[in-house]
Amino acid sequence: MSFEEKGIWLYLVMAIVLPIVYVLWILGQTASVPIVEIDYQVPLLLSIGAAIGLSILGMIAIGIASPDDAGKADQRDKDINRLGEYVGGLVLAFGMIAPFGLAMVEMPQFWIANAMYAVFIVAAICGATVKLVLYRRGF
Amino acid sequence: MVKPTRVANDIRKLRFANGEMTQADLADRLGVTRQTVIAIEQGRYSPSLEMAFQIAQVFDVPLDEVFRYADPQT
Repeated sequence: MSFEEKGIWLYLVMAIVLPIVYVLWILGQTASVPIVEIDYQVPLLLSIGAAIGLSILGMIAIGIASPDDAGKADQRDKDINRLGEYVGGLVLAFGMIAPFGLAMVEMPQFWIANAMYAVFIVAAICGATVKLVLYRRGF
Repeated sequence: MVKPTRVANDIRKLRFANGEMTQADLADRLGVTRQTVIAIEQGRYSPSLEMAFQIAQVFDVPLDEVFRYADPQT
């Protein structure tokens, strides 16, 4: 498995695990506070920050574990990355219709912000999945 | 879903005919990862025209002795 592919696996795991942690935290709060009154801002930002930080640390760890492959991205890696980003971008573009609609009907900010977060996550998962399928199946 | 390429090749045969060159050796000479050489050999990735010429150059043979295009009817 190439360095780039390992990085995508890491990115995919982060894109799944950290939102789950965030959602569990939100659900934990609902026992004492109505959901739209939860102070979600800091945990949401922490979830995004942790995903970025842990991905960087993970890539450094992967690079240390296999230094010969570290940072090597060839034409195939770039082609796969481009296709994956294209799919992720499409999902993001169409997905943003949902929070846009929520804003138009003046839903609470909690739902709009979390809908945007959900769309980012779904787009990241879709993009990473497409890349991994292309690595495995070819194109 | 995207289908694997129709471009077939004899890279594996050529590697063995050239002193049993390893995939890693070929990858180094092409400046790509070993995984990319494996993907090309297995027909899971069509290299760019430039890389195809580089591969032919490594084995010192014409391009059509390395790659061929499968008949779309087959």
